[in-house]
Amino acid sequence: MHDPNVRASGARVRKKSVLALTLNGRAREDFVADGMLLVDYLREVAGLTGTKQGCDGGECGACTVLVDDRPRLACSTLAHQVAGRRVETIEGLARNGRMSRLQQMFHEKLGAQCGFCTPGMIMAAEALLRRDPDPTPERIRQALAGNLCRCTGYVKIVEAVRAAAETPVGSEGAR
Amino acid sequence: MTLMPAFRLHRPDTLAEAVAALAETPGGKPLAGGTDLLVNIRRGMADPPALVDLTNVGGLDDLVVSEAGLRLGATVTLAHIAEDEGIRAGWPALAAAAEAVAGPTHREAATLAGNLCQETRCIFVNQSEWWRAGNGFCLKIEGDVCHVVKKSLRCYAVYAGDVAPVLMVLGAEAEILGPAGTRRLALASFFHEEGRSHLALAPGEIVTAVHVPPPNGAVAGYAKVRVREAIDFPLAGVAVALRREGDRLASVTVALTGVASAPVLVPGLDRLAGTTWSEDSAKTLTDAVRKSCNAVKTTVTTPNYRRRVAAASAVRLAGDLWAAAGEGNAS
Repeated sequence: MHDPNVRASGARVRKKSVLALTLNGRAREDFVADGMLLVDYLREVAGLTGTKQGCDGGECGACTVLVDDRPRLACSTLAHQVAGRRVETIEGLARNGRMSRLQQMFHEKLGAQCGFCTPGMIMAAEALLRRDPDPTPERIRQALAGNLCRCTGYVKIVEAVRAAAETPVGSEGAR
Repeated sequence: MTLMPAFRLHRPDTLAEAVAALAETPGGKPLAGGTDLLVNIRRGMADPPALVDLTNVGGLDDLVVSEAGLRLGATVTLAHIAEDEGIRAGWPALAAAAEAVAGPTHREAATLAGNLCQETRCIFVNQSEWWRAGNGFCLKIEGDVCHVVKKSLRCYAVYAGDVAPVLMVLGAEAEILGPAGTRRLALASFFHEEGRSHLALAPGEIVTAVHVPPPNGAVAGYAKVRVREAIDFPLAGVAVALRREGDRLASVTVALTGVASAPVLVPGLDRLAGTTWSEDSAKTLTDAVRKSCNAVKTTVTTPNYRRRVAAASAVRLAGDLWAAAGEGNAS
């Protein structure tokens, strides 16, 4: 019997199907290959290149995005696995062209150097602050333990997250 | 952009559909958190014709704490296990082991059954396809030579799951569903000492839940040795459960991970029952643990270091648990 998933040449068929999700607050639908990774969907299909791919297997955290407010490695998730969910990337944090308080503090406290780990670092920290608005430095270090940075030595990053926790909501970008 | 191999993706809503989808495509694999399987597919270490995503299956992520013990659905995340108040109170070793896995973002996605059924690992296997091709591949995948034990007919890739040894010393059972129906299997019988086929699952079978009996007076802990305190797999991991009655050790069970192709329930500890914890007990435990390690050069450290650190961790953990149980008795 002919298997519809295999071509006459023996090659497997790459199937595509509709993926509907909420991305940075907007509902959207795309026709996406079954095997596409979330990080590739975000960068190649949605054009959101803020999310970085730093390694080949979930070891660095650079691809961290939020799925229903929780952090998720976009490089080890299939795009279709977030169907119907709320996905947020680094591009979704700024409001009306103004950085979020966390982004602002990464900027002011020098939490970013080369910047490659920064989107993932900020999304992991954002997930922490949504759950625990006033985390201890120890708690911050635990929450960012899966995000590697090769520049800063992490001290400035932890300071930036602490500073964001201490900054009243709404005062960001006021200067 | 990553070119993933072609596979069919099924996203069933029920277990019946999931098992049917697996039966329909021999070689298909269940998918949940993806932190192990998708990485392996990306690196060309697996090429399943179909993936069956279990994350939409209703009720499969239920976590029930009751008088009868613990019932953990297959897709309960490790973050959930680490944070659940009921588990932290009744089975703190299980929460500690779940919390010791990888990094916090992995634990949000990674599931219990995925952690139990994770692939075995080796420095000659967990590499890019380009790296492995340059090395002529190996016995585990595509090649016919083991680079760790030359001329070996078996694969020595190491089992590195943190949760399995704890479940073993707690006397847990896996609930397994397949084309032939449901069965229960003690965690102690769930693994084989062979790096290429380390799971006692028949084709088409999936783990649907894990049952953990009530602690029944036992105290347990988990100690993990690794290069960095986050992300890394264990160089050696030790789970200990013991019961203390006054100045007597009523029973002690020890399981190891990261030192063989399967987690190992250490044999020969019966002779410690009825004794008081002492230097002699520590010596007996050390010998038993070192004998149970089947460590070869599959990680960045030497087999001898892993044997020694496993034994030292077991002795320290058992001593701590003995002392803690003594305080419990006194109060």
